[in-house]
Amino acid sequence: MGKITERLYNGIVKENPTFVQMLGMCPTLAVTTSAINGAGMGIATTVILTMSNLVIALLRKVIPDKVRIPAYIVVIASFVTIVQFVMQAYVPSLYASLGIFIPLIVVNCIILGRAESYASKNPVIPSIFDGIGMGLGFTLGLTVIGTIREFLGSGTIFNFQILPESFETISIFVFAPGAFLVLAFIIAFINKMNINKAKKTGAKAELCKLADCANCQNKACAGREE
Amino acid sequence: MNLILLAISAAFVNNVVLSQFMGICPFLGVSKKINTAAGMGGAVIFVITIASLVTSLIYKFVLVPLDLSYMNTIVFILVIAALVQFVEMFLKKAVPALYQALGVFLPLITTNCAVLGVALTNVQKEYNILESVVNGLFTAVGFAVAIIILAGIREKIDKNDVPESFKGAPIVLVSAGLMAIAFMGLSGLIK
Repeated sequence: MGKITERLYNGIVKENPTFVQMLGMCPTLAVTTSAINGAGMGIATTVILTMSNLVIALLRKVIPDKVRIPAYIVVIASFVTIVQFVMQAYVPSLYASLGIFIPLIVVNCIILGRAESYASKNPVIPSIFDGIGMGLGFTLGLTVIGTIREFLGSGTIFNFQILPESFETISIFVFAPGAFLVLAFIIAFINKMNINKAKKTGAKAELCKLADCANCQNKACAGREE
Repeated sequence: MNLILLAISAAFVNNVVLSQFMGICPFLGVSKKINTAAGMGGAVIFVITIASLVTSLIYKFVLVPLDLSYMNTIVFILVIAALVQFVEMFLKKAVPALYQALGVFLPLITTNCAVLGVALTNVQKEYNILESVVNGLFTAVGFAVAIIILAGIREKIDKNDVPESFKGAPIVLVSAGLMAIAFMGLSGLIK
């Protein structure tokens, strides 16, 4: 039981893929025009991540080391295709607004990274919860960014009118530049908190760094060693 | 004429990074120095152009006749991964000078979602093979332009006094946001 809660905490808070590791930036910036789109993308990713972690953990002793990356990609791409069809059938409006970013979940660093750095080395149950934890962390990140952008850009949150109609909304936040700016300010805020915390203890503050692209490659997208 | 419009639209109006948000990872990660940014841009142009040709050929002559077009995500990502490996081996043997310049960036490109993104867009918009190649080439040119501009800005930022909490990722994202605003100005260019 301890292991399960540890995995969930690790994914949602300690190694949060959006705010701590800065992985999967493409969907993070692209689909967060509203809270619903962000949450939808997050949930789709969570499902795929959990299923692929499950299958890869099951097959971890079968897949030869040399062809593991293509094998993982096939597993991930299969689940992406399944999720794509399910979404097309049951939530067509969400499917339309996420558009090309649903098939692009295949190349989302978080999924391949978790396969490589966790599911390929650990038993099935912890791997499933690792997937759920990371996925929920990602969903949380996207929903927060989506909520802020939707609130500032259209005055609503989850399509509920929050600001009065007469209020002039700042529509640039639902366009492309808003995504960059909102994420920049969120990370600056997290940095600020870390700096303040470090000042109290006297230690050096750990600033959020850009994910090194080399890590995105094969070895752990999840740049930090466990 | 249509091809010229397609090219301008792919490179500038719907810039792959600043308005489509594909390939953000290398855009933010490899844009510290202008030289490396140009190398990455070159490698992306090279790979995306070849990949859009190969994937559209495979789509037209293999997937559609076999009625397997729903498999396009799986097939394209495997083709792209294999293609990048192949291009790397070929360049190493045949054009060592080009390999020297682009080699280190090639393995990073498999996970660049712009490559798969362009391949899927070509299919979605039903471009023919020539249009696919033009779309791929100029999308990649747009990527190269954006990453080189950002690298130029970042080289200047290094000399500035940035507030401590904005150091690193946030200031880069703010710069990218301002670039995106500038590129939005081009959106009136094509209806």
